[in-house]
Amino acid sequence: MSLGFCMLVHTALHRAAQVARHWAVAGCPVVIHVDRRVPKGEFDELVARLAHLENIRFCPRHRCDWGTFSLVEASQSAARMMLSDFPEVNHVYLASGACLPLRPARELTAFLAAHPDTDFIESVKTEDVPWTIGGLSHERFALRFPFSWKTQRRLFDRYVRLQRRLGVRRRIPAGIEPHLGSQWWCLTRRTLSAILHNPRKAEFDRYFRRVWIPDESYYQTLARSYSRKIESRSLTLSKFDFQGKPHVFYDDHLQLLRRSDCFVARKIWPEAQKLYDSFLSDLQIVQNHARPAPARIDRVFAEALHRRVRGRPGLYMQSRFPRDGWENGRTAACYSVFQGFDEIFEDFPDWVRRMTGVLPHGHLFAPSRVEFAGGETVYAGAISDSATLRDYNPQAFLTNLIWATRGERQVFQFSPRDNQQIAPFMAGDANAQIAIVSGAWAIPLFRSSLNFADRRREAARLQKIETRFLSSLHGPQVKARARIWPLADFLAAPVENLQEIAADLGPHRASRMTEAPALTDLTGFGAFLQQLRNEGMQPHLMGEFPVENDAEAGTPQPSRIDAAG
Amino acid sequence: MGVLTSYRLRLQRKRWRIRAIRKRRELRRVTDRTGTIRPEHVLLFATLRNERVRLPYFLDYYRKLGVSHFLIVDNGSDDGSRDYLREQLDVSLWETEASYKRARFGADWMNWLLSRHGHGHWCLTVDVDEFFVYPFCDTRPIRALTDWLDASSIRSFGAMLLDMYPEGAVDDEPYREGQDPLEIASWFDAGNYTIEKNPRYGNLWIQGGARARAFFPETPERAPALNKIPLVKWQRGYTYVSSTHMLLPRGLNNTYDEWGGEKASGCLLHAKFLDNFMLKSVEEIERNEHFARSKEYKAYLARLNETPTLWHKWSERYANWQQLDALGLMSRGNWA
Repeated sequence: MSLGFCMLVHTALHRAAQVARHWAVAGCPVVIHVDRRVPKGEFDELVARLAHLENIRFCPRHRCDWGTFSLVEASQSAARMMLSDFPEVNHVYLASGACLPLRPARELTAFLAAHPDTDFIESVKTEDVPWTIGGLSHERFALRFPFSWKTQRRLFDRYVRLQRRLGVRRRIPAGIEPHLGSQWWCLTRRTLSAILHNPRKAEFDRYFRRVWIPDESYYQTLARSYSRKIESRSLTLSKFDFQGKPHVFYDDHLQLLRRSDCFVARKIWPEAQKLYDSFLSDLQIVQNHARPAPARIDRVFAEALHRRVRGRPGLYMQSRFPRDGWENGRTAACYSVFQGFDEIFEDFPDWVRRMTGVLPHGHLFAPSRVEFAGGETVYAGAISDSATLRDYNPQAFLTNLIWATRGERQVFQFSPRDNQQIAPFMAGDANAQIAIVSGAWAIPLFRSSLNFADRRREAARLQKIETRFLSSLHGPQVKARARIWPLADFLAAPVENLQEIAADLGPHRASRMTEAPALTDLTGFGAFLQQLRNEGMQPHLMGEFPVENDAEAGTPQPSRIDAAG
Repeated sequence: MGVLTSYRLRLQRKRWRIRAIRKRRELRRVTDRTGTIRPEHVLLFATLRNERVRLPYFLDYYRKLGVSHFLIVDNGSDDGSRDYLREQLDVSLWETEASYKRARFGADWMNWLLSRHGHGHWCLTVDVDEFFVYPFCDTRPIRALTDWLDASSIRSFGAMLLDMYPEGAVDDEPYREGQDPLEIASWFDAGNYTIEKNPRYGNLWIQGGARARAFFPETPERAPALNKIPLVKWQRGYTYVSSTHMLLPRGLNNTYDEWGGEKASGCLLHAKFLDNFMLKSVEEIERNEHFARSKEYKAYLARLNETPTLWHKWSERYANWQQLDALGLMSRGNWA
């Protein structure tokens, strides 16, 4: 047999024992390094448990601290014992107590026998490393790290900053070029001996003693000098999260791990009984010659990373409450806002439904109640039509609605008569498509039976509100897509303008616009505007509306279209 | 955060601690089995009153999740809850007849027991009608979660309260002892929650759900808070400030991400609306031991006497944690 395992063990000794026994029984010698911090009682128990297996040895123990050279010393001491005590071993595999073999040792041995001169060690030049955490890649080699990152974080950070400021640079020993990679490798006897017994070892060890996380760079760097053939990848499947901490595998990962075809995985949750039971059982299914394919299970972990770092756009919830500007999208999907259209056309919402199949809402922000499509009192997501509840947090109301109806285009009417609190939010939302016919709010006033003084006052108020909304749609902060027509301009070519709008709602439907909604009767509207002017108000949002008397003055009346008629 | 505010919060935290220590005198030990607690145990803390019929399922639910020991304060039950709990080998029980309200709705008692027995443990503080759901809870015991939190240097875990209700009238279907209450109250509101940040304590203030929709449509600011942080790796100096909604020191309230990402979180399924709810409400109003002169309970009764159902066609039926995760009510974050 030509494969031996070095195992670094810190916790969950019973699991390490189980795995060591599994390999030893399969004929692979195992040298175990147990962290010196493990109490003597536990260590003795482990030794006793494995005493009957003569190809299991325990090497001298070091006290191991994460990120320090002690981990390299531990592996050196285990590897030395492996090379001297088991001369038949050709490949040495460095594993941890939290590793679990996913395939029988004989498959791994067969695989290595087919590559007798290959060192399997991930080894990447520092410039090309994408995964470094905390911005330290090359600096790991150029600065000194006497303080522990885990227990003396403040000192660690300060000392790094100080060295940066002073421009301290360590000299890297001649002849080596820093490389980084996974600390779990599988090296040939030849390469490993060269690293452990080379004449400059003392010099290298002295240097790496002050490198940060040397267990990810010591062998990875030195192997480059001595190896005949490096395959830069780890045979140990391990996935890292956004903090650079390994993902842990649980019972529910069983199928996932099987699918990876990797030989060894880490790290395994010690209580994952089902994983240990299935992968350590002797009843390993059919002979498998597949090459390891860790990428096959990447999706699950890539999704977890994306969730943690980017989140789901448009979602506001208990563990995602982005600050202003950090939402990655204020809302979950595109939606359309129409202002003025239901005042110009008799049956605008119904026309939208007929033309596009989208069920439009009425005025969601109406003062008295939320006008959900179909007059519903509760809508998707169990959102209530209570205006008080809505106005308690209008932004949450809108984002909730858009989130709850993902996949269904939301369309609603808006007007200066509605609650305007939501306006700035929509203006800053790239998902908002806002179409406005400005000044159309005057049409209901023109029709109203109120006395003129009241209508004039109301007109002034609404114009002020609309002006504010329109100006909020200009400026560098605005992300919404807005189309704005003054009333007169819109009426000059209503069909073309509607065509544009229909295209926004659903491009594939635009060509099928066979009917236009019925225009409301505006006879006398120009005169009404003139009357407002005469009373000292200046209605300016409607554009140039002719002060006609009747139809012959060229009111937009002729543009009334009815394809059916 | 200025130095002054920091200092004030520190004083406040001390005050709550001292208050908890003072309030310990109200607790009389019934059975103390805390000697059996091992360092790695996950502990559950609860205050209750007359919950005899719910207890068997409650204890079982949390035993199955992997809770090792229950530390319970019985606040004057007269329905046999005490006798039942005394016989459970994994329960340590205290009793008190003192005022729930004056113990800040039980928070003082919980703070005392937490600081006395919770130090260094992952502690889950819940009510008897709250069922903790977290990512992967169908396949991974709670120890998997707490180990992961430890490894990620996370000290506290948020779980929003999700109000559950039955399809029919609230008092239609009787609850049988030992039954899963979610079999009856299996519906919830999926997406009508509002969130605000509380600048003082740094926690989120969440309202909404069935209760805001049905009971507080005209006074939403009175709707109960749904944000909860029930799972904490307890240290002696910590205190719950108000129920389990927020803690001091403030860093523990930071269970959400502000830069677009999602942290891992769970839900507390709140099976409050069962058949005995109406009766309990009447009793609670008479006892007047609840928040804001029990206004909340008065609102419940008024509405439920008028229309006794909370259900409507947009209600969502509870299936599993994956569903809550997909709806965005909780998140697996980067736990995979």
